[in-house]
Amino acid sequence: MTGPDPLLVPAAPLAGDVDVPGAAAAAGEERAARTLTRSPWRRPLAVIGLVVIAAWVLIAVFAPALAPYDPLAQVAPKLLEPSAEHLFGTDNLGRDVLSRVLYGSRLSVPLALLLVVLATVVGTVLGAVAGYFGRWVDGGIMRLTDLVFAFPGIILAMAVTAALGAGLRNAVLALVIVTWPSYARVVRGLVLSTRESDHIQASRLLGASALRTLAVDVRPTVLGPVLVLSALDVGNAVLLLSGLSFLGLGARPPAPEWGAMVSAGAAVFDSWWVGLFPGLAILTVVLAFNFLGDTLRDALDPRTARALRG
Amino acid sequence: MSFLLTQAVPGDPVTANLGQRASEDPDAVAAFRAANGLDKSLPEQYLTYVGNLLTGDFGTSQQTRNPVASDLAEKVPATMELALAAILVAVVLGVGFGIVAALYRDRWPDQVLRVLSLSGVSVPTFWLALIAYYWISFKLDLLPAGGRLSPGAPTPPQVTGFYTVDSLLAGDWATFGDAVSRLVLPALVLASFTVGVLLRFTRAAVLEVLGDEYVRAARAKGLPELTVVRRHVLRPALLSVVTVTGVAFAGLLSGTVLVEQIFGWRGLGAYAYTSALALDLPAIMGVSVVVAVIYILINLVVDLLYGVIDPRLRLS
Repeated sequence: MTGPDPLLVPAAPLAGDVDVPGAAAAAGEERAARTLTRSPWRRPLAVIGLVVIAAWVLIAVFAPALAPYDPLAQVAPKLLEPSAEHLFGTDNLGRDVLSRVLYGSRLSVPLALLLVVLATVVGTVLGAVAGYFGRWVDGGIMRLTDLVFAFPGIILAMAVTAALGAGLRNAVLALVIVTWPSYARVVRGLVLSTRESDHIQASRLLGASALRTLAVDVRPTVLGPVLVLSALDVGNAVLLLSGLSFLGLGARPPAPEWGAMVSAGAAVFDSWWVGLFPGLAILTVVLAFNFLGDTLRDALDPRTARALRG
Repeated sequence: MSFLLTQAVPGDPVTANLGQRASEDPDAVAAFRAANGLDKSLPEQYLTYVGNLLTGDFGTSQQTRNPVASDLAEKVPATMELALAAILVAVVLGVGFGIVAALYRDRWPDQVLRVLSLSGVSVPTFWLALIAYYWISFKLDLLPAGGRLSPGAPTPPQVTGFYTVDSLLAGDWATFGDAVSRLVLPALVLASFTVGVLLRFTRAAVLEVLGDEYVRAARAKGLPELTVVRRHVLRPALLSVVTVTGVAFAGLLSGTVLVEQIFGWRGLGAYAYTSALALDLPAIMGVSVVVAVIYILINLVVDLLYGVIDPRLRLS
């Protein structure tokens, strides 16, 4: 990976000056970095994502001040259509849907973040160990991931949650069990691909310990993709958690959780507003995280970064 | 392993199935345990289970009181029909749009498709199902939905268990139209996530190949762009897309749990859900085994496709 980027070499002769090719490559690197930092408005999706996430964080913090009614109290006749008093209508128990949607942000977003952090840590450590040490360590850990992958994610999560007892905490635990293997696989693959590369071999020859090699020489290869993977996964975590709640395995009533609210909406099919608004809340949060994650991936992934430059 | 996992469930299937009666009537509890072999030791139960499995006996569902094997035989075709229709939609839309997005990189078609792809992976399936059912089927009456056939319609003579195929084989056009029109909406909803995944993946794979030197070489020797894309770009790019499609199909099966719930599609997903809630161990095990078999079949198909796409793999 030394020497000038072949895609950029022709630029110098064409420009007609006497720059050495290396300088042209350096200029290219700089240009790539600038594409990302220059102006956020050049990446509108990321800006939208950030704004929406910021908005939801504010809503979560100030929910008591923003919500017009108590999310748990029966404040009006049941199943009122959206009106000036109840912008999103009322649900099957006469609770204000808007207030419940606002309060719902206090459950879904923090728990999804927690879920991703836990899965990333567990998956990265196990994957790095498996990839670096190989042999039976690798075999053991990979069989474990196979075991998890042998079940459709949500069925395993359903079974584990049902086993532990329905509830949001158990739903998070069940989903950590279901999601860590994808991190482990990616990290293992990355470690395997760099393990034999020259700089790792050199470091090993210099007598670096396994821990040092992993932490110093392998880490740069692994960190970017893993962070991107986690960033991309936050949205998915919101979806999975609300999915379990939709099935009645996550949040317990009367907790204002978005998935559970959509489920209530399905039960009162004719009153479309009961299910529509909490679902839109899920959609906006997940979309915002995915907008951000997508931009981040373009920026950090060396393959797309190269494509962006070329 | 799945057997141990389902045994580790701390909930008591006796109380889950008998409910109130369990605490009032000790005789009923004993009878239920004996009938389901729950009074025997764990290794004994395991050996019995594996032994029966080899002869195609999955045990008896504690919920439906039918043999699990016959329950599965009824549910699996329903879900496979739905999942195959969805993966077909997803591959056509996802791969097609993905190629377009890559070729128009950073121009408006790419931007539009990027938002589409991200929306696909961001929308909660269960909510999309509910909204589609309510607006498209119920309010606007564009497509029927709910169940696999109109209420009361006779099922076509069973051959494959796919109502679309069976009705065609029977030459029954009315039933065929009914089955197809009721398949469209759930399949589209189920495919939404996978379209997003395949789109972004195909785009990345094509872009990566486009940056390769042999593509520059192919262009340099003056090949038309269409030939370059078709012969030199798609083939290597599709290799990774096939892998992702295999994984995505597995994801689709998970999605059926949520989608079948809304559309009243009586398949594997709905069966898995009711079984999990009731802690119906033989049924959960049966579903796991069937899904494992489907996974193995998918991997087999993916491996075979590798050989078709990459001739080098046929030699080694």
